[in-house]
Amino acid sequence: MLSYKFDWAIVTSGKYFDWIVSGFYVTIKLSAVSIALSFMLGLIIAIMRMSHFRPVRWFAHGYLEFFRNTPLLVQIFFWYFGSYKVLPAVANDWLVKQDFEFAAAVIALTIYTSAFIAEDIRSGVRSIPKEQMEAARSSGFSYLRSMQFIILPQAVRLTIPPLINQFLNLMKNSSLAMTIGVAELMYQARQVESYTFKGFEAFSAATLVYVAISFTITGLMTLYDKKVLQPLKGR
Amino acid sequence: MIRFEGVHKWFDKLHVLNNINLHVRSGEVVVVCGPSGSGKSTLIRTINDLEPINEGKLLVDGKDLSDKKTDINKMRAEIGFVFQQFNLYPHLTVLRNITLATMKIRNLSRKDAEEQAMTLLKRVGLPEKRDAYPSQLSGGQQQRVAIARGLAMKPKIMLFDEPTSALDPEMIGEVLQVMKDLALSGMTMIVVSHEMGFAREVSHRIIFMDFGTILEEAPPEEFFKNPQHDRAKQFLKQILSPMH
Ligand SMILES: Nc1ncnc2c1ncn2[C@@H]1O[C@H](COP(=O)(O)OP(=O)(O)OP(=O)(O)O)[C@@H](O)[C@H]1O
Ligand SMILES: [Mg+2]
Repeated sequence: MLSYKFDWAIVTSGKYFDWIVSGFYVTIKLSAVSIALSFMLGLIIAIMRMSHFRPVRWFAHGYLEFFRNTPLLVQIFFWYFGSYKVLPAVANDWLVKQDFEFAAAVIALTIYTSAFIAEDIRSGVRSIPKEQMEAARSSGFSYLRSMQFIILPQAVRLTIPPLINQFLNLMKNSSLAMTIGVAELMYQARQVESYTFKGFEAFSAATLVYVAISFTITGLMTLYDKKVLQPLKGR
Repeated sequence: MIRFEGVHKWFDKLHVLNNINLHVRSGEVVVVCGPSGSGKSTLIRTINDLEPINEGKLLVDGKDLSDKKTDINKMRAEIGFVFQQFNLYPHLTVLRNITLATMKIRNLSRKDAEEQAMTLLKRVGLPEKRDAYPSQLSGGQQQRVAIARGLAMKPKIMLFDEPTSALDPEMIGEVLQVMKDLALSGMTMIVVSHEMGFAREVSHRIIFMDFGTILEEAPPEEFFKNPQHDRAKQFLKQILSPMH
């Protein structure tokens, strides 16, 4: 009844294996760059969201609502197909010389994820007792320096579990980059499938790789939580 | 050193500081006492502008706190503040708690900052705790570290808001001892506290507050022997009774 013949050798060695591996590298690169950038941008947006200066706060609020409530795919297409039409020529020339697909994917993933990260960090900051800010201010730190040295380091540590989620989401979302031709894992799996018609093997391999990356991220973050975070609890 | 001139403060409709006039000289040790809610915390928190005042004038080290030109962060660096709940930074070791502000605000090198921190830790009797985190210390130890953290900035004034009232009885003594040494070294101190033994031994003046006003102001012998107001008498009776 089952006429399909499994051929696992296709994805464990040879040319197609190399494709999968190269897709893996691109997925890792895309995710790592976007995770780092979205974390930094998320921090900045979170700080702006808590600013005492109203226009700054409102801008951050608008940013959050806008990017959290638009589909990621739309944002990826916007940066890839839409952005160069409004950018100045110089910027365009430069961009075209770069890996434009990759850049557009990084920008979209970064901005989209930063909105979620900012909200997580903000609720982390909210859970730090207000006395910490008072202690910092009473030593002579300005508001921003108190945030930098005392509040955010504690808030980020508390935010680790939701951050793991955001990083995992980002990594999984990075597969959408195939739609604009970034040769990441899904793109390569699709390639393997269309050259060999071995879709089951190709996508199984991709699935396994995604699961492995997820486990690695979760493992690293949990280790961090255990080694760094736990000793600080129970103040 | 610190001068209140007709200072008022409201929390919405609540008149927490009502026409405060007070002058604390350099090197003086003043203990503030009074019933709960009388405005003691608010009073000392105005001195480093943790609570801004609404009316009147407050001069600290010759500078007007309500003056826009006064650099408030610089002022605060000159004033140590010790909280009832210690408020150490839980993510930093004891040593880093003490060196953070000296390195970032006073721009000391790490080596100098650490040397100074160790000197202070010896002074409060905790040199072996340098690498511990606050959560690993007892309340009394945390409060002594908090005092060392305040002293590291070489402040001109030290403010204490009920520094021993969150402590188990057996730890109160060790913290009071550090404060007594500090008082004898000539530090200008304002201490909100109901530790009357401390007040009697080292303070120059006791201030009794009630309903946001300073009701009584006297050297300790006089205050204990001969309180003027009924409210103060009542308060003393309560606080000194063995049942308390
Ligand atoms: N941030 C605030 N907002 C509104 N009301 C406040 C605030 N802080 C203090 N109060 C009120 O102001 C009054 C004086 O408070 P304060 O903390 O100065 O009293 P206290 O003498 O230190 O009392 P305790 O001995 O309980 O510490 C109290 O009635 C308190 O509830
Ligand atoms: Mg109080």
